[in-house]
Amino acid sequence: MANLTIKNLKKSFGDIEILKGINLEIKDNEFVVFVGPSGCGKSTLLRSIAGLEEVTSGHIMLDHKEITDLAPAKRDLAMVFQSYALYPHMSVRKNMSFALELAKETKDVIGKKVAEAARILELEPLLERKPKELSGGQRQRVAIGRAIVRQPKVFLFDEPLSNLDAALRVQMRLELARLHHDLNATMIYVTHDQVEAMTLADKVVVLNQGRIEQVGTPLELYRNPANRFVAGFLGMPKMSFLPGKVTAIDASSVTVELTSGASVNLPAASEHLRKGSAVTVGVRPENIDVVEPSESSLTGYMDIAESLGSDTYCYVKTDGQETLTVRMPGNFACNYGDRIGLRLHVDECHLFDEQGNAVQKPSRMAA
Amino acid sequence: MLSLKQRRSLNTLLMGVLAWGVALAIFFPIFWMLLTSFKTEIDAFATPPQLFFSPTLENYTLVNERSDYLHFAWNSVVVSFGSTIIGMMLAVPAAYSMAFFETKRTKGTLLWMLSTKMLPPVGVLVPIYLLFKDTGLLDTKTGLVIIYTLINLPIMIWMAYTYFKEIPKEVLEAARMDGSTLFQEIWRVLLPMSKGGLAATVLLSLILSWNEAFWSLNLTASEAAPLTALIASYSSPEGLFWAKLSAVSTLACAPILIFGWISQKQLVRGLSFGAVK
Repeated sequence: MANLTIKNLKKSFGDIEILKGINLEIKDNEFVVFVGPSGCGKSTLLRSIAGLEEVTSGHIMLDHKEITDLAPAKRDLAMVFQSYALYPHMSVRKNMSFALELAKETKDVIGKKVAEAARILELEPLLERKPKELSGGQRQRVAIGRAIVRQPKVFLFDEPLSNLDAALRVQMRLELARLHHDLNATMIYVTHDQVEAMTLADKVVVLNQGRIEQVGTPLELYRNPANRFVAGFLGMPKMSFLPGKVTAIDASSVTVELTSGASVNLPAASEHLRKGSAVTVGVRPENIDVVEPSESSLTGYMDIAESLGSDTYCYVKTDGQETLTVRMPGNFACNYGDRIGLRLHVDECHLFDEQGNAVQKPSRMAA
Repeated sequence: MLSLKQRRSLNTLLMGVLAWGVALAIFFPIFWMLLTSFKTEIDAFATPPQLFFSPTLENYTLVNERSDYLHFAWNSVVVSFGSTIIGMMLAVPAAYSMAFFETKRTKGTLLWMLSTKMLPPVGVLVPIYLLFKDTGLLDTKTGLVIIYTLINLPIMIWMAYTYFKEIPKEVLEAARMDGSTLFQEIWRVLLPMSKGGLAATVLLSLILSWNEAFWSLNLTASEAAPLTALIASYSSPEGLFWAKLSAVSTLACAPILIFGWISQKQLVRGLSFGAVK
């Protein structure tokens, strides 16, 4: 069992408040990813859970036991660092057995646990080597092995893949997912890479400026972002944002006039919107079609097109000077400066009010 | 015109000559001291100086008859090793806290400690002398150990701090996560990782204490006098005896020279620690 509860956690460095009241529940066996831009406090939050940072106020509880002021060694957590932080003077075997030795385990138990971890991570041929004789990916695996042997209540990962090259990162990402499945352990993972967040997480926690913006499964956050920040942070390429004004409202939809003059009618449950309210329409690249200019009121010019083989990402300048990203099939042909029309999939569009909060869509029952 | 290859080998040659020249210039006084210690007093004074002469061991015999070399050597060993051990026991924790738990005042503290080395020792001679007199530390090995520890501590802390700074903080944090106590973290992770640098620190402290003369001359008489005091005793009352002075100096620096020679591998590694990591 490993349920982690964080209550109103705050952390300041001098006058600068890094964490501004974090509340979070992490359930047993969950893979939770903290994601956010640089400086959002995600690493500080992880290090606070680890006990490597002293918190200013608030509570951290592991299985209903207060661990807020406990030394890192006493928390029963294991951490994998971005820089691997292996002990350079010890062999791979020693690196992995160090924690068990400190815990005064018998030689037999240590041998067995290290052998088991080495088998899972395919480190057996490397056990007698020193860290400097290993490649980046191998070091990473040793760092994970060092955590596994301890069978901790929670695994903490601090951007573990960011020092690896792109190909290796994809491979290790899969291995981590498999590891979580095999070990059935609670894992907390910090990254600034939203692809890692989307692919690994059971639960994503999006952080921004020391606050939690939204918590949910990857698809929940992707489909129903609570605000503009989450909407813009998740998704590759990013969601496009079109500013506009509300011109008409009815029970289940809102008509928005964009800066280019085009009007779109979006389904929305819009209690607090008024006629004339400034709003933003968010639309993902896969939710726009390119049509003939005559077929749509939203028109523009083709700017740059990036061909990736499977897809083509078209960057379009609208007549209102907004930039839109459109995902088209790989064989889509267009030229710089082509005049085109754009049709939005209005059911998939997102509407944000002046404060950047998402306007609720009418529930499916009502629709 | 020289080709690039020729110019390179000429460069290497010139650098080699220069390096040998510098090394010989530094080594020459020691070589000359060794040579003089085997001369008669008359040969030692001869102008022009003689490179070839019939060597004699009479200086060494005389020194041994006149003074108890082992007594002074033992004092040197005790005070230099004693002050180095105590110094390291203080320097390592101090440098640890400054390197890994840096505050706004750490840099200032380090500079302040070093500034104590800028004060001329003679400036505090009288107060220290009186202090030693009142506490009964005059002419005791304990007294010398205390004073040597204090004068070398700033340099030891500074060196240890520099070596610790090279060590990534995360490795110590990993040890903490692995369940180490503070002592285990320092003893089993930090010290092995910085052993080259710490060996250099130890050696420097040993050499500085071994060769220290100002305090040992002023604070000891006979009981606790180390080798430097023995050398000094050959340099005054009845005039200068170059050959005997050279013999006793050779005897005084031989142990530390041999020790330094043996540990030079560690020392070089320690001094170039940051560069090659």
